[in-house]
Amino acid sequence: MKVGVVTFPGSLDDRDAARAIRAGGSEAIALWHDDADLHGVDAVILPGGFSYGDYLRCGAISRFAPVMGSIIEKANAGMPVLGICNGFQILCESHLLPGALTQNQGLHFLCTPQTIKIENTSTPWTHDFIQGAEIVIPLKNGEGSFQCDDPTLAMLESEGRVIARYVGENPNGSRNLIAGITNARGNVVGLMPHPEHAIDPLTGPTADGLPFFSSILSVMVGK
Amino acid sequence: MALDTVAIATTTPDQEQPFAALGLKPDEYQRIREILGRRPSSSELAMYSVMWSEHCSYKSSKVHLKQFGDKAPHSDALLVGIGENAGVVDVGQGYAVTFKIESHNHPSFVEPYQGAATGVGGIVRDILTMGARPIAVMDPLRFGPADAPDTRRVLPGIVAGIGGYGNCLGLPNIGGEIIFDETYAGNPLVNALCVGVMRHDQIKLAKASGAGNLVVLFGAQTGGDGIGGVSVLASETFGSTGPAKRPSVQVGDPFTEKVLIECSLEIFAEDLVVGIQDLGGAGLSCATSELASGGSGGMRVELDTVPLRDPSLSPEEILMSESQERMCAIVEPSKIARFLEICKKWDVTVNVIGEVTDGDRLIITWHGETIVDVPPRTVAHEGPVYNRPLAKPEYVDRVNAQVLDLPMPSTAAEVKAAVLKLISSPNMADKSWVTSQYDKYVQGNTIQSQPEDSGMIRIDESTHLGVAISTDANATWSYLNPYEGAKLALAEAARNIATAGAKPLAVTNCLNFGSPEDPGVMWQFAETVRGLADGCLEMGLPVTGGNVSFYNQTGDVAILPTPVIGVLGVIQDVRERTPMSFTDAGLDLYLIGDTKNDLAGSEWAYMHNQRGGQSPIADLQAEMRLIELLLEGQSIFAAAHDLSQGGLAVTLAEMVLHHDVGATITLTQEIAVALLSETPGRVVVAISPSDAEALATLASNHNVSVTQLGTTGGSSLTINDAVIPLDELRIAHTQTIPKLFG
Repeated sequence: MKVGVVTFPGSLDDRDAARAIRAGGSEAIALWHDDADLHGVDAVILPGGFSYGDYLRCGAISRFAPVMGSIIEKANAGMPVLGICNGFQILCESHLLPGALTQNQGLHFLCTPQTIKIENTSTPWTHDFIQGAEIVIPLKNGEGSFQCDDPTLAMLESEGRVIARYVGENPNGSRNLIAGITNARGNVVGLMPHPEHAIDPLTGPTADGLPFFSSILSVMVGK
Repeated sequence: MALDTVAIATTTPDQEQPFAALGLKPDEYQRIREILGRRPSSSELAMYSVMWSEHCSYKSSKVHLKQFGDKAPHSDALLVGIGENAGVVDVGQGYAVTFKIESHNHPSFVEPYQGAATGVGGIVRDILTMGARPIAVMDPLRFGPADAPDTRRVLPGIVAGIGGYGNCLGLPNIGGEIIFDETYAGNPLVNALCVGVMRHDQIKLAKASGAGNLVVLFGAQTGGDGIGGVSVLASETFGSTGPAKRPSVQVGDPFTEKVLIECSLEIFAEDLVVGIQDLGGAGLSCATSELASGGSGGMRVELDTVPLRDPSLSPEEILMSESQERMCAIVEPSKIARFLEICKKWDVTVNVIGEVTDGDRLIITWHGETIVDVPPRTVAHEGPVYNRPLAKPEYVDRVNAQVLDLPMPSTAAEVKAAVLKLISSPNMADKSWVTSQYDKYVQGNTIQSQPEDSGMIRIDESTHLGVAISTDANATWSYLNPYEGAKLALAEAARNIATAGAKPLAVTNCLNFGSPEDPGVMWQFAETVRGLADGCLEMGLPVTGGNVSFYNQTGDVAILPTPVIGVLGVIQDVRERTPMSFTDAGLDLYLIGDTKNDLAGSEWAYMHNQRGGQSPIADLQAEMRLIELLLEGQSIFAAAHDLSQGGLAVTLAEMVLHHDVGATITLTQEIAVALLSETPGRVVVAISPSDAEALATLASNHNVSVTQLGTTGGSSLTINDAVIPLDELRIAHTQTIPKLFG
């Protein structure tokens, strides 16, 4: 299984995502923002960071990178795509996912171990979780508050497209405590917290994030 | 303003020049004239003024800093010593680690966010310049009283600036310090440390050799920010009046720096540079003169080829600009095509601005006319050296003679109240409000970060090799006795490394002092350097570099002498490290080391507005025995935590709160001294009861005393008859900082 990790100028967690992919049993392939060639990957991860400095709106410039044209096309055809943090923001800007990520309610960058509840295990990224599992992975961002209009929120909820929700106090003001969502087809997932930083208790708070990277193998091989 | 060239300078020797406004003294200006045999051109004057500033030339500190070389212990670990952008240490397995700490105090007071942000940016480029990938940052910070209005202005800005810049670079922030003291009310200290790693054969130096090689400027365009920053800001005392100095503070762009880091590392990996220097304080003046001076001396630069953000800048301003995120490399002509290609890949602006020449002159032209023609060594390395007068200040004997009059808790209620008061004081309170604004996870190699005793980073995923770093200072001890204060800070930093199981290897420092023109301050400085050099020699730890920050004062009042000492250590297997706290009940807690009545300079004394008495005398032999014990006994320690500010009371509170596992402690000594004294050379360890004999053997082998304190478990911290529920302790510990700044 080949999973691509895109490096944009300003991507920070690309090497961490590649490490997590390997830990999950797949091969990590480096993809470059300026290269539309996806090099035959089976799935793509858009990692965290501050692509282009996020000086405009987070993800607003990356959305136009040559590689995104190919990813949007493949995602619409069903290829699994996971956007973490800045990757989630890019997916929203690309209209692969609805809504937007806005500045945290507390107005500060916040880096903390965060409990989230997995609410949808039917995506290729969450397949290895048990429905309702509560896991602890790092949350770290300045603009992680998920916002959308009421009809979108009602749609996400009624269609079971909220894949993960914050547990406890709302860390950033996200609507309905949303930490992650998926598209209608269920192949594109955006997640604000960072499972790639929770694959080994030695370097992260837990190893709870690993199923996000092993699921893809289970799903594709199981097919 | 008409262009002033070397030719004009030669023919108009009597033209008046604004050397004083640029921070040069009359005799310094005279010396420039003697070196050149004529008056300097205005561009030359600009270069000399910034390079001969206190910040760049170390003119007041040089004669003292020499001791770090003269008294250097023999060390096989030192690969690059003082003088380069940062020292480099061999940590084994072919890896070299470089680390350095630098101050950005004055800019951060003027413009907290940008001042602190560019402080991070500058130290990261110093590390990158050595050829290393930056892997972590730390930030020792000092502010005025926590409830002072100006602290509310500068602290949130500084913290946001450090986070905003460091987070965007993808560098984990693994520790530091936050201290509040009225001495810093008008002069906060923002020290920034960065550590980087490379293979031995990747070390790069700042030298321009090989005539015909190209001088390449890459990174951000040059703008008008930070012009004269070093001379105007870092080398003058803040007065209460005077013009706004904001234009001298640089503005940072972390995205550009992140791209510059990746671009540079790719260039280094292909071995495309002969020498490299970052542009920090004194900008192009510094980079060109230091590179030329580090080589054979000859260099020609066409200044009009420098890409500008503001096309109206004069050549003098371009030479002095401290625009951030710029690097200057020396590249062989055969490698320039590939160099440019990599810059293009990363969208990094790059220009060939000159070449290395035969001879020993640095010549800079502006549209064909020569505006600078100087021997570069006289700019970069042969600046003025002052042996400034020093005198022991009168306060020393007076405050040393003061007898402390402190409340000494003895009943259960008093002990409980004292612990809660201490643990909730701003200096001892939980700093998560600050550290949660920093990314500590990025890069996936962070083993330890705040609130552990030291930060620890894995540098090899397959062999589990890692490094640990700690920074420490006790300014009150340095105020009472600067010689001992420096040694004590060194010992504490080394101990903080060893508690985790890492072997101390090398030292960096950031020496924050008042005006060197005050003989009393100069005495504090001289004593500090003497103490640190003696301490490093005794402990066998080389000083690899550092930074001196003078003029930290408001009006005539200097800050307390604040030498921040950083120690780096190596750990063979990070999986075996000893954490600061325990997760299990039923472990035995021991105090290693003796407790004396050392309340002078303690947090308890500070909380009661007393700064007198005598600092402890550092016993470095005992410290070294303790370190050996900690390293040898690593496998039996479930936890180990250093005792420093706040003494045993704070150490125990931090240990029980970390994993919410309580402890029951029995103290036989006078309880106030046992809990509140800050005698150095002590550590609390947790071991399994079955390892008691092994600990006793270790203690006897290393001639260190151990005392059983009690056992872990339960939902309270119980000290003799005082029972403090963990919930109550947690609320006291965690609410202070958010209430003040949240």
